[in-house]
Formats: sequence, structure tokens, C-alpha cells
Amino acid sequence: MSASYLMKRVGYGLLLMLGVVILNFLLIRLAPGDPAVVIAGEMGGATEEMLESIREEYGLNKPLLTQLWIYVSGVVRFDLGQSFFFNQPVTTLIAQRILPTILLVITAQILSILLGVFLGVIASRKPGGVVSAFVSVFATIGYAVPVFWTGIMLIILFASILPIFPVEGMLSVKLRDANIFVQALDVLHHLVLPAFTLAIIYLAQYARLGRASMLEVLGSDYIRTARAKGASERSVLFKHALRNAALPILTVAGLQFGNLISGALLVETVFNWPGMGRLAFDSILRRDYPTIMGVLFFASFMVVVANILTDMSYRWADPRLRGKS
Amino acid sequence: MNWTRCLLGAAGVTALSIATVPAIADGGSLTIASTNVPRHLNGAVQSGIATAVPSTQIFASPLRYDENWDPQPYLAESWDLSEDGLSVTLNLVENATFHDGTPVTSEDVAFSIMTIKENHPFKSMFAPVETIETPDEHTAVIKLSQPHPALLLALSPALAPVMPKHVFGDGQDPKTHPANSAPVGSGPFMLEEFTAGEAIVLKRNPNFFMDGRPRLDEIIIRIIKDPSALLIAMENGDADVYPFIGTSQEISRLGEVEHLALTTEGYAAVGPLNWLAFNTASPKLSDVRVRQAIAYAIDRDFITKALHRGVSTPQRGPIIESSPFFDETIPAYDLDLDRARELMAEAGFADGMSLTIDYIPGPKEQQQSLAEYMKSQLKKIGIEVEVRAAPDFPTWAGRVGGHDFELSMDIVFNWGDPVIGVHRTYLSNNINKGVIWSNTQQYRNERVDELLNAAAVSIDNDERKALYAEFQQIVATDLPIYWINSLPYHTAYDTKLENVPTGIWGFMHPMDLVEWSE
Repeated sequence: MSASYLMKRVGYGLLLMLGVVILNFLLIRLAPGDPAVVIAGEMGGATEEMLESIREEYGLNKPLLTQLWIYVSGVVRFDLGQSFFFNQPVTTLIAQRILPTILLVITAQILSILLGVFLGVIASRKPGGVVSAFVSVFATIGYAVPVFWTGIMLIILFASILPIFPVEGMLSVKLRDANIFVQALDVLHHLVLPAFTLAIIYLAQYARLGRASMLEVLGSDYIRTARAKGASERSVLFKHALRNAALPILTVAGLQFGNLISGALLVETVFNWPGMGRLAFDSILRRDYPTIMGVLFFASFMVVVANILTDMSYRWADPRLRGKS
Repeated sequence: MNWTRCLLGAAGVTALSIATVPAIADGGSLTIASTNVPRHLNGAVQSGIATAVPSTQIFASPLRYDENWDPQPYLAESWDLSEDGLSVTLNLVENATFHDGTPVTSEDVAFSIMTIKENHPFKSMFAPVETIETPDEHTAVIKLSQPHPALLLALSPALAPVMPKHVFGDGQDPKTHPANSAPVGSGPFMLEEFTAGEAIVLKRNPNFFMDGRPRLDEIIIRIIKDPSALLIAMENGDADVYPFIGTSQEISRLGEVEHLALTTEGYAAVGPLNWLAFNTASPKLSDVRVRQAIAYAIDRDFITKALHRGVSTPQRGPIIESSPFFDETIPAYDLDLDRARELMAEAGFADGMSLTIDYIPGPKEQQQSLAEYMKSQLKKIGIEVEVRAAPDFPTWAGRVGGHDFELSMDIVFNWGDPVIGVHRTYLSNNINKGVIWSNTQQYRNERVDELLNAAAVSIDNDERKALYAEFQQIVATDLPIYWINSLPYHTAYDTKLENVPTGIWGFMHPMDLVEWSE
């Protein structure tokens, strides 16, 4: 991996984020509803003078391009502005929520890749077998079912029928003062349902992709050679075939990261998970422009980082790409 | 890998870890569940239940109220109203301190009331206050330009938090002051943690000026926006109290939970009304007969008994029916479709008309279901109604505040005294385009203005009753609004909890006497 290649990717990423910031700024302002009226409404009403003072306070009475310039120059200095609703720095609000979101998204990503690939590999061993059929059906259902529906079904199942997993929040209130180890266990306990809900749709995709990719690779000459040389089936599948079959999976995993974050928005809302997704959802309803843009900025940042990491892992998996920029 | 051994090991570690959880201290912890998200925690510059619940724990106020609407000592151990009604003297307790250890003085009280006057959305609360004199550290004399019957009620914890002048008086705009999210007050609980939109953690104030209070060690307000998740938290015991429950489904579900009790007490001063507003400036609705026809076509009893499953109560006028100022004799407009059709014909709309109805985004049972019901009812008298669902509050507020509506449903509180919560809707000088919860109906009646202005300066309760009776008769005839029902607010709480606040302000009142029985 050459440093210049990495720098180039980072440069593209920064340009992309700048585009995201500008586009979001302009798009969000097309939504109907005056934030000053919302703030006044949330306060319990206001006079016209108070409305004007709110607009003045938050710079809403300035021309749109001036507002854009102020915002972009703030972002460059890592100042994402003040939330209209909470009147706190957006960076504070995001800092309070970014870790839960990262935890949820990364767990779901790992879960979906590992389980999905495993199922795909198993299914590829006997393409016409029962396991293969099961994976295909499961993948179709998993892909077709909306993520919020899965979440609600799991809540119903685990709230009343089989109450073994908590169905909302991230940490039990009663464990607020407990030691960090107990809290970590409790967080993992709370993480099971949201992570599985978020993972299931992508798990299904990876299983199908893994199966198709493995079937293609398993028909290759070098696999036949490996088998002829007496390599064990496990070695053929996981050592020789999987590494080659992993390339399309890695590509899709990188591309799916953005979708995973948008899926987290729904999952966080369903499971009351205290992450950025819920903050984004609530902020849109409140026309809290700085907070929405801050969340989108961080989301785009995560996607850019994920794509760079994907590129790097792609090169790790395929030595032929290492010399190319 | 021996999975059995692994699982047993994990279980053992978990059990060991849980055993190391520190025991809850004597007073215990109380978890309140809420769907309402506070912007910040300072009720001096923000109305609404979301802020008022934590604000009334953090800040003390000059007075507090019992369940009989009688003022009780709080920061003021006594108070005197002058005979002419133009000044109120507050004699403050001497041992009250803010959470940072600074004594509470009359300067803080004067600063707070004047700040509230300038910045709180309820302008009528302290509008007549001209100055506040502070002859000594523990005496504050409120000077009024005219008698103000709602003044003592406005000195309640929910409306008049006393802020430390040395924190909030630094010249920053009080509405956006950083301390609003990290407030210092003199109430029974101190802020420990505020994660915006998620949770508020309050710890016992060990130096609270009232002996033996508070009884709890900790209050946690958990914001759970999804009602289903909130109900599960209540059922599982993850939350102990859920106030301001507003739908029959939630009420009936929690009513079946063995360890929970339900009460309707604690909402007398809130006065939550659900109503249908008419844009009286619309050519279709400017004729009072059309508005009356619509009223005759709607069956209030069907709404409260069938759609709300009997948990809400009918509301016939602008003042909550449980208030001493409510006039029983106002016209009720019981269902009468023939009369409704006659009125439509008299108004020149015998061939019918089309109207739109908006509703504030809120509980479906209180809003959308009623809008759909009205659509079917009004069709019977020739009115085609289009239900305009708003995707969110800003869209709805933009339409109604901008007078871009014909019919609109809304939930509005009385806030204790008509001067505070009722006048704003009917006074013609409060028609402010772009301002939600002003007189968005654009209703004008000179006599109503006279009556409300007279009631705002009278300190004779009988005289006020008479003025409000005439006011109610007029608006119930003019019908700028058709009042539907009062919200079925309930509180669900753990049966082991004692002294649950059931006074006129309910949970918008210091919870210093709340305690666990075991």
C-alpha cells in the first residue's frame, strides 16, 4: 500500500465530505417549516419580537449563502454549531451518541459478514442440498423483510413470550453505579437484539453472495488442483476458496456501510438505542438544522473511512492489486 | 471448545459481577419514564411538562401549592398582599442556599421574576409587575401596575423557578444561557447528569432548606420516545412512574399490571384541552352558523365514550370543566344533524362545501382518529373534509401559525389560571401571524376583550367568576373553537411508592416527600 495512494483516497474523501456538507445544507433548507417557529412552539409560544430575536440569535435572518459560508467555515474548524433545539454544541450531542452507534454498526457488520459468509460457504458445498435451499430461502426473506418489522417482531417475542433479552435502551438504569465490567456485560446483553435486527438483512445478502462467489471459485482449476494434491475439504474451502471468494464480499461490505448506518437509524428508534440515528430522526422532525447536518457529516465521515478501509483490505486480500494505485 | 463449561463460566462471572453492584442507599432511586424531550432544564424561559418536571426538582420557587389550590410556604415563609392589590411582599426563609452553597436572597427572587417576565412565553404571568424592591436580603416586594389575580399562582414551582443571579445574570441571553442545561438551583435535587434527549439524573440536595427532605436519594428521568418500549419498561420494573399518560390503550394496559397503580389526580392546574379551531377569517367559516352547524354534527359523547373508551371527559368550553371558573350553563351543542343542516342552509351552504382539517402531530387516538371521525360526520351535513396530516410539528405549526388552515385540532393547556392559559387564545390583540398558540383563529369580539381585560385585573373571585361566565357564554355562541374533550391524563406508579405528587401541579411540583415504603 503506497502512502501516495492512501493520501489520494483521503483527499477524495475530504472533497466528498465537503460536497455532502454543502448539499445537505441546501437540501435541508428546502423542507417546509421555520425553525424559529418550532423553537417558539417548543418554548410554549412566543411574541413576534421573540421570534425575531430567535432568528437573530441563530443567524436565521441572514442570507442563505452567508449562512452556508458561516457553517462551512465552522466545520473546517470542527465547530458544527449549536443545536437549535437543545442549545448545546452539536459536537457535544454527537459525542454523547457516537459510541453507541459505532458499537451497534460494527457489531452488526461483523455479525452479518461472519455468519453470512459461513452460511454461504456451507451452502456452496452442496448447491442442491437442504442447507443450500435453506440459505437461499432465509436470504430472500431476510432481504425482503423491512428492518423495523424484524425489530418489532423481536420485541414482541422477547418482551412477552421469551423475556431473556432486554428490548430497549443500552444499559439498565439499576446498573448505573455498577462497576465497568458489569456494565459492559449489560451493554452486550442489550446489544443482542438491535445488532441481530440490523445484521439480518445484510447477513442474508452476504450468505447469497458468499454462496454464489464460492460456487464460482470452487469450479476453478486451482481448487481441482488442491483437491488432487490431497488437501482436506476444510483446507480447500476456507484456505484456498474463501480467500478468493472474499473479494466481492469485501467490496459489498464497504459499499453497504452507508446503508448499515441508515439502517441503524431505524433500529435505534425501534430499540430506544441512544445513538446518532435517533438524534438524526428527532432532529429532522424538529428542523434542528445544525444537528441534522452534524449527524450527516459524521455519517459521511464514517462511510468515507469505511470505504478507505475496504480498499485497504481489498489489497490485503488480493496481492495482485498491491502494486497498483 | 467445551461450550457447557464456557457458558457456566460466563454465568458465574455475571452472577459475581451483579453481586458487586452497590446497594441502593436508604432513600432509594426513582425512575420516571417520559416520552417528552426537554430542550433544557430551566422552566424560567421555557414552558411545557418536559422541562417543568426536572426544573421543579432543581429550582425552588417562592410558593408551592397543595391539592386544594391553596398556596403554601416554600422559599417565601410568608407573604402579604396589599389591600389595593398593587403589591405583594414575600418574606423569604433565611436558610435557603443554592446548590453551589450561595445563599438565596431577595436579589435572586427579583432577578428571576423580571427575567421570567421578559423571556417566558406566557407574557400574561408577570406582565403587570413593574418593579421588585429588595429592602433587605430576605424581603422582596413585588410592585404591580394593576391588581393581578394570577400572581400567586404564577409564583408556583412550575412557573417561577428562582435562579441564582450570580450564574444567570452574567449578561448572556437567558433563553440560550449555557446554564439552562446545567442549572444550579435551590430545590430538593441537584443535577448530576443531563444527556440531552436521553436521560436526566438528579441527586439529593443534602443542604435543602426544608428539614428531612427530600426523602429519595436519586431521581432518574428516562426519555423513551417509543410508547411501546416505555410500556415494557414500566411492566418490567425498569421504570417506576409514568406520568402524563394520554391514551386509553396505555391506560388499560398498565391498569392490568399488578405492581402498578393508576391515578387521574395531579393534573388540575394543567387543564389539558383538545379542541377543533376554526379559522374565522376564512370566507367559508366566517359565518357563525357554519361553525355551529359543525358543532351540532359532532358527537362529543361518542368521542369520549367510544373512541377514547371512556377515559377522557367531554369539554364544553374554554375553561377546563374542573375549574371553579367553568360555567355549567353554556350551550353544549349535543348531536343534532337536522339542526346542523338547517344552519348550513341558513348560511347559504345548502349545497354543502369542502373544508380541510389539520391536526397537531400527537397521539393518534386524540388527533388523527378524531379528524377521521369528523370527516365522516361532517359529510352527513354536506361538508366534504380533506384530512391534511402533517408529517411533523414544524409543518403543522407553519400552517396554523401562518393562518393557512380552515379547521385544525390542537391540544392546549389552561395552566392554572385563565389569565395564563386561556386569554391568549381569544384576545384580539393577540392575533400574531406566524406565532403558534396565539389567537390563530383570528377571532375578534370587543366585549370578550373587555371581559378578559377586566378579569385580568380583578382580585375579587366572585367578580371574576361573573366576568368569565359571560365570556364563556359569548365564545360558546360565537364558537371560534369547538372544545372536544379534556385529555385523559393518568399517572401509573409502583404501588410501593408513597406520597406520589397528586396536587394541582402533579409532577411539576417538588418531589421532596416522595419515598419508597420498603
